[in-house]
Amino acid sequence: MTPILAVLATIAFVGNAVAAESVPNCEVPDRLLPAENDLARVSKEIADHHRLDISVVGSRSSALPGPDGARFAYPTQLELALRERLPGNEIKVTAHIPQGQTTAEMAQSLPKILADDHPVLVIWQAGTVDALRGVETEDFRNSLDQGLDAIAAAGADAVMMNMQYSPRTESMLGIAPFAEVMRWIAEQRGVVLFDRLAIMHYWSDEGTFDLYAATSGYAMARRVHECIGRALASQIINAARLDAAKQQTTR
Amino acid sequence: MSKASPPQSAASDRDLRLDLFRGLALWLIFLDHIPENIANWFTIRNYGFSDATEIFIFISGYTAAFVYGRTMRDRGFVLASARILRRAWQLYVAHIFLFTIFMAEIAYVAATFDNPLYAEEMKILDFLKQPDITIFQALLLKFKPVNMDVLPLYIVLLLVFPPVLLLLLRAPNVALAGSAIVYAFAWKLDWNLSAYPNGVWFFNPFAWQLLFVFGAWCALGGAGRLAGVLHSRGILVVAIVYLVFAFFITLTWRFEDLDRFVPGWLKDWMYPIDKTNLDVLRFAHFLALAAVTVHFVPRDWPALKSPILWPAIVCGQHSLEIFCLGVFLAFASQFVIAESSGGPLLQTGISVLGILAMIATANLISWYKGIETRGPVARVKSRDADLAGGEA
Repeated sequence: MTPILAVLATIAFVGNAVAAESVPNCEVPDRLLPAENDLARVSKEIADHHRLDISVVGSRSSALPGPDGARFAYPTQLELALRERLPGNEIKVTAHIPQGQTTAEMAQSLPKILADDHPVLVIWQAGTVDALRGVETEDFRNSLDQGLDAIAAAGADAVMMNMQYSPRTESMLGIAPFAEVMRWIAEQRGVVLFDRLAIMHYWSDEGTFDLYAATSGYAMARRVHECIGRALASQIINAARLDAAKQQTTR
Repeated sequence: MSKASPPQSAASDRDLRLDLFRGLALWLIFLDHIPENIANWFTIRNYGFSDATEIFIFISGYTAAFVYGRTMRDRGFVLASARILRRAWQLYVAHIFLFTIFMAEIAYVAATFDNPLYAEEMKILDFLKQPDITIFQALLLKFKPVNMDVLPLYIVLLLVFPPVLLLLLRAPNVALAGSAIVYAFAWKLDWNLSAYPNGVWFFNPFAWQLLFVFGAWCALGGAGRLAGVLHSRGILVVAIVYLVFAFFITLTWRFEDLDRFVPGWLKDWMYPIDKTNLDVLRFAHFLALAAVTVHFVPRDWPALKSPILWPAIVCGQHSLEIFCLGVFLAFASQFVIAESSGGPLLQTGISVLGILAMIATANLISWYKGIETRGPVARVKSRDADLAGGEA
């Protein structure tokens, strides 16, 4: 490593350390975390057994590259946030992030994941690979239906997560029709949708994150994932009616 | 009064309303193609089911039939077909030109943008790794970047237009019925053209041809036959009621609180409103818009000659050039907005500047064509084909 690189690496390291300490202010308004569709299975599991097993099924935007990527990616961040906000409950998040699978392929592999993990809640992040590969929206819709049927048949709750807001690739990657399908399915089936697209768009508008930035460092990506993990935890807690007040009365 | 030369009204039978609304549609398409744009709020897609694409395709069909129909009647099938195909070729070249600009933009982003947060999304740039396949597929009109779907649709529609036009001239109602049957079959049997690397055309030509042929049918006397219906009060009321209904439904997409007023059965019946296959609700919305427009904007509306409307009219008269310019400007604007992480002020400024550039260019083309035709070796040629119709 040349001296300059070493200096840069040190700066980056210190920068990360500072970033990790300061909690980023990435509040999300309630309207972006709607809780009309509830997570009955999750509420029951917390009330009866004080535990929550979650499986995250997703593509590469559910992970972070680099060393320790998994530690900083939103599935782990979700686990940490839920532990913090639901003390006294055993929280376990298992992530399944196969490379480059379409929703159809994920729907195929869901039964095995359900059988292996016995999750109470499945978080299904979908759409990006389908947009990349130009899958027909009709097929996308059918695959989602198929997967959600499998999750329901296994007795688990589901949360769908849509794409990231990515302004720099917006003109090249047509995600809008896929986001539309997911919104529509969420409404039709009464499934909770974590609207990552709208939430990241909100952060971008508010100046919370500069999502246009051409940075190759990990710091911002990690903060975004941390914030996604926490927002997701909030929506799960809202939708499963696990807010603190209620928790105390059920105990 | 107006100092600038008024919009070409030389041809007395020229319907300036077509130019006006096509010009407006071109502006709206430009605005809609900038994803991060506050000015998008003004475009009609936020107020109803159909959008500027419907207007553009309908008017294109109308003008194509208007101009090439006359050629076909006066000079025969072969010459008219040759002109139509020449037009298709011009559109093709324009499309490839836009594709090149798009490639340049993508290549730039690929070379400069590297954010681990978007490792997955950046995969879209992988096609740069196989330019042989990508460029070939683009030449075949199978690989179409986002927002570059309208011209390929238009090209395909023109390619098959000669026999359709012939039938429209001989038996217009049969042609229109045939078009409706193709539309129905496209829905029933999932007809569409395949795209690269996957999937189908975003604007399904088998479905969208209905609007194009309907426009052509109107140009060849259909509008006259419909006049009685169009001017009846009953139709006007139905159209307005439907437009208000569509407006309310689009509001529920933006404001979730309103959503609960939409009954479940209506949603089940109505959604999804499919743009790819020109959903019947979209088509009906366009018809309603057209009916209301025709009612309130008569052909001899004085404002059509006023300087206030000429910017839109002159843009509509050079639709191919202005359409391409609009797509290019949308790319460029997006680029500027992305590079500067721009806010609403910049977006508004860029939108206004873009439209001004479109107007200026359209005027320049008008001026140049005027000189050319008035020049010493004035080619008597088809003024119409270049104005009302060449711009089909």
